[in-house]
Amino acid sequence: MDQPLEIETRQLSYWFGTQKVLDNVSLQVPKGCIYGFLGPNGAGKTTAIKILLNLLYSSSENVFVFGEELNHSRISILSRIGSLVEQPAIYPHLSGRENLINRCILLQTDRKRVNELLRLVDLDTQADKKAGNYSLGMKQRLGIALALLPDPQLLILDEPTNGLDPNGIMEIRQLLQKLSREEGKTVFVSSHLLAEVEKMATHVGIINHGKLLFQGSIAELQRANNSLISLQVNDTVSAANLLLRNGYQVDVEVDSICLPYSSHEEMGSINSLLISKGYTVYSLSQTRKNLEQLFMNITQN
Amino acid sequence: MHAFVLSFRSEFYKTRKTLTFLSAILLPLILCGFLFTGFYLYSDKLTPYSPLEQWARYMGAILGVMGALILPMLVIFQTYSINSIEHRSDMWKSVFSLPIPKWSIYSSKFVYAVFLDALCLSLFATCILLSAWLMNLLLPELKFNQFDIVGLLFKIHLKLFLASLGIVSIQFILSLLWADFLKPMGIGFVLTVAGVICSNMGWKYAYTIPYSHPSLAMISIFSAKKSSDMQSLYFELMTREIYVSLGVAVVAFIAGYFIISKRSVK
Repeated sequence: MDQPLEIETRQLSYWFGTQKVLDNVSLQVPKGCIYGFLGPNGAGKTTAIKILLNLLYSSSENVFVFGEELNHSRISILSRIGSLVEQPAIYPHLSGRENLINRCILLQTDRKRVNELLRLVDLDTQADKKAGNYSLGMKQRLGIALALLPDPQLLILDEPTNGLDPNGIMEIRQLLQKLSREEGKTVFVSSHLLAEVEKMATHVGIINHGKLLFQGSIAELQRANNSLISLQVNDTVSAANLLLRNGYQVDVEVDSICLPYSSHEEMGSINSLLISKGYTVYSLSQTRKNLEQLFMNITQN
Repeated sequence: MHAFVLSFRSEFYKTRKTLTFLSAILLPLILCGFLFTGFYLYSDKLTPYSPLEQWARYMGAILGVMGALILPMLVIFQTYSINSIEHRSDMWKSVFSLPIPKWSIYSSKFVYAVFLDALCLSLFATCILLSAWLMNLLLPELKFNQFDIVGLLFKIHLKLFLASLGIVSIQFILSLLWADFLKPMGIGFVLTVAGVICSNMGWKYAYTIPYSHPSLAMISIFSAKKSSDMQSLYFELMTREIYVSLGVAVVAFIAGYFIISKRSVK
């Protein structure tokens, strides 16, 4: 990564009491990228994000944002960040519009932006309803609007698609891609869903048990995350033996066989072989490893 | 300073439609409404007295309860609700991730609590004054208009305000530390009762307990000296308990800032 870094942590560790929740994490987030921060629940994603926002205090001065050390330049750094941490923090007794106006008062942002953002997150028709009565998805969209209000250079979003329906997830993904592509904003977005990160991120960091297991571009991740062929036939064990005898590496699961994917042509050959030997093929598809398998693969490598 | 003003404006914007703010306005209006109705219906009990005594009886009906109970409980409720707005929706993480100095967030909340206290007490004084004048218009046999109470009335409320600052600052810290309703309210209520008992028992060190200060202030107001011609009433504004109240407020304000500046938002 030789691009200028928007976020950099240098061997960042953090303890809750005696429990080490971050272990020498060295994040490197290039300017203008969409950085997917991937990890299962409890991996340390939110802790890392809270440190980046100075909500959790790290005295060791090893967190740099926009090239400035966080503890020394807190206000300057936070003035260029829009954030959404865990579930959206909104005042339930205020309407969506009032929540945004209150933020405008604090940040001295032009109130004209309120209507723009309400339209952007598709809340303009519900803007005057009390935010406490919003659905989780609507609260999430309001949280994103609050994060975008100051037109930040860096967006830090913790699981922003939580509670959204598939259409909402797609809209947020497109919005973040547009902000990065057209406005050059850097987006740091955490998620526990590999497929979601793969669809929008340009760079990925994978964290588990507080340790950063992988960091690199999405292309580098895809090389680490080889596709598999998943196969279901009428006689799993016998078909697996046939494939083994024909030089394929197979992995038998409960009612399916997995093989490393190399090409569509090879998938066709496997299908022909099985049918020619009298097997009934129920399904034959290309799949990706899930997050746990990917972690195992990364740690084994 | 600019950040402080913005944070203060935000506090008002957030609370303007809630009981946090409305209680400071509604409580004086409602209680003075009761006071007016009661004395209007039984005005014959006031007419035999001198103008100063009429005022003393009229004000005394509400001030006695205010020093012992209404003021401490109102302050406890207001400081709790100012901070509970942030606790309730886990807003601290959002507020502290904004590019605003922590001291201005903290101090604007504290000053807003003090402002509500001042607003409520000045409205009490105003409502007492206006309701008495109105009653005098309706019942000309009363003599409220024969004694200029304005200065004295606002001095009484200023003393009560100063006496309540120690409680404001302690309750502010408690409600900052604890999100739930019961701890700050429960502790505040128990300490208020203890404070009132200590002051009413005449314990000589009661002035060291902030929760005794409003009732001690009321005791010193009620024992004010009347002039020989019954045309004026005098009491000391800056008494020992007021100095202690101000001292506690300053110390607790500084301590609260250190607590919040070093505190992580989990």
